[in-house]
Amino acid sequence: MSDPEATLGLSPEPQGETETGVRRMLLNMGPQHPSTHGVLRVLIELEGETITRAIPDIGYLHTGIEKQCEALTWHQAVTLTDRVDYLANLSNNLCYALAVEKLLQLEIPPKAQWMRVLLAELTRINSHLVWLGTSAMDLGAMTVFFYCFRERENLLKIFEMFSGQRMMTSYIRPGGLALEPPRGWDKAVRDYIREFPQKVDEYEALLSKNPIFLNRTQGVGYLSLEDLLDYGVTGPLIRAAGLAWDIRKSEPYSSYEKFDFDIPTRTAGDVYARYQVRVEEMRQSARIVNQALDGMPEGPYAADAPHVVLPDREKMKTQMEALIYHFKLVYEGYRVPAGEAYQVIESPRGELGYYVVSDGSAKPYRVFMRTPSFGTLQALAPMFEGRLIADSIACMGSLDFVLGDVDR
Amino acid sequence: MLPERLKAIPALSALEEQFPGAVESASDALGEPTLWIAKDQILPVCRFLKEQGFIRLSGITAVDRHPAAPRFEVVYLLHSLEANIRVRLKCRVGEPFELDSVTGVWRSANWYEREVFDLFGVVFRNHPSLRRILMPENWEGHPLRKDYPVHGFKYSYKDE
Repeated sequence: MSDPEATLGLSPEPQGETETGVRRMLLNMGPQHPSTHGVLRVLIELEGETITRAIPDIGYLHTGIEKQCEALTWHQAVTLTDRVDYLANLSNNLCYALAVEKLLQLEIPPKAQWMRVLLAELTRINSHLVWLGTSAMDLGAMTVFFYCFRERENLLKIFEMFSGQRMMTSYIRPGGLALEPPRGWDKAVRDYIREFPQKVDEYEALLSKNPIFLNRTQGVGYLSLEDLLDYGVTGPLIRAAGLAWDIRKSEPYSSYEKFDFDIPTRTAGDVYARYQVRVEEMRQSARIVNQALDGMPEGPYAADAPHVVLPDREKMKTQMEALIYHFKLVYEGYRVPAGEAYQVIESPRGELGYYVVSDGSAKPYRVFMRTPSFGTLQALAPMFEGRLIADSIACMGSLDFVLGDVDR
Repeated sequence: MLPERLKAIPALSALEEQFPGAVESASDALGEPTLWIAKDQILPVCRFLKEQGFIRLSGITAVDRHPAAPRFEVVYLLHSLEANIRVRLKCRVGEPFELDSVTGVWRSANWYEREVFDLFGVVFRNHPSLRRILMPENWEGHPLRKDYPVHGFKYSYKDE
């Protein structure tokens, strides 16, 4: 967060006229603009309706999560990872858990791994639903927003069923899952996922051939694949520009290699291609969830590692040893061997990475969150420049960033 | 100098050949290739590795080892899509906390270097616009340093 006018020597007054008589002006978009989906400020220099320069200004949602992690134990820090990206809570839980497990060299039982895959894919659907609803609403398609939030509401109920929380789940923890999956979870998920493909058809019926939507999105917001990679963009944006790169396939984690799914790609690299890729990803996620439901292995939901995983409530109340472990884990936390690890996963927005450093104590020495939105937002300025101001709304929607994820 | 498994990666063995003094040490702990690079060599090393296929820079961050000296470790997370390999470059940075910017190699370095400057106070030479990014412009201090309290300097729980 800074003061770009002062730093860059820009004056908020109109900047005069060009040779052709077009007025120059400086427009301050945000920090409370509805199309920024959070608290983002973009300073735009205009010539008539054309953007000649864009300067994003971030930091309004900076809460020092990385610093706070250093003050908590490894176990407590899970609750902070939820709050980074409030649309992909379980993805952040998962990435952090995998990074810590790498340092602990902990083997996770198959049921927990499959459950994690199932929840991560439901999270992807949840995030894409919010993206689809809001970005379509920015372009005037109000109906889609209500449809998407209807489905999202049911998903949040499923998350609540698992963890007791709609959003700040903290359900995936180092060592496995926080709780035994609740009774009847499979029926709830199965019912949801059976209906879901028809719902996606509904959204597509509203948008895919809608002439207004096509005019607003086709050929808009193009950046070449080389530029996107150079600016640090990842995820669906890269796949919409033609590269079939998905971390679930290229660096599989949590037994993703056992699932059968496709990586949707498009070559156009515009806003419409990004829409197509994300809609197709929702269908693929539903496919993965179905496979996880059918093949869910039996067994424990957390690793047999009493020095890391909190004991079962029942055992804690009946066994002395479990009570001692519980006390030690809550009071002191578990120690993680000194070392460092970088773990990446494919979050709904792209490459999510946790770089964790341990000095051998019960608290993280350093947690760096390589969040996908931070990389994506660097491509905002080049995408804006030279385009009409009305297109900037479509561009911003297609980038699908979450400001909490940017500012941490 | 390089462990056996890292020698098998063509880009890294070529790097050692091209820049004999640049790689201070290397490790393969937890299967993650990590190279310690001499501070003044970071820019040419990064440029060379980009030519060798590491077209993605995932991020730049730092670790404060206060009160040890040299104080900071600046960490570069590199990724080669064609070889599907991730490599971590690390630089020890003591006083003065200065380092060459790699924005000329990857444009994504721009904001990551600004973030490290903002939160740790490491200065990147030749950065196009090195100013604070997350904290307000007039903020004093660098919050991710180890001698910076979690609650800041202004407020203390002890007074309450």
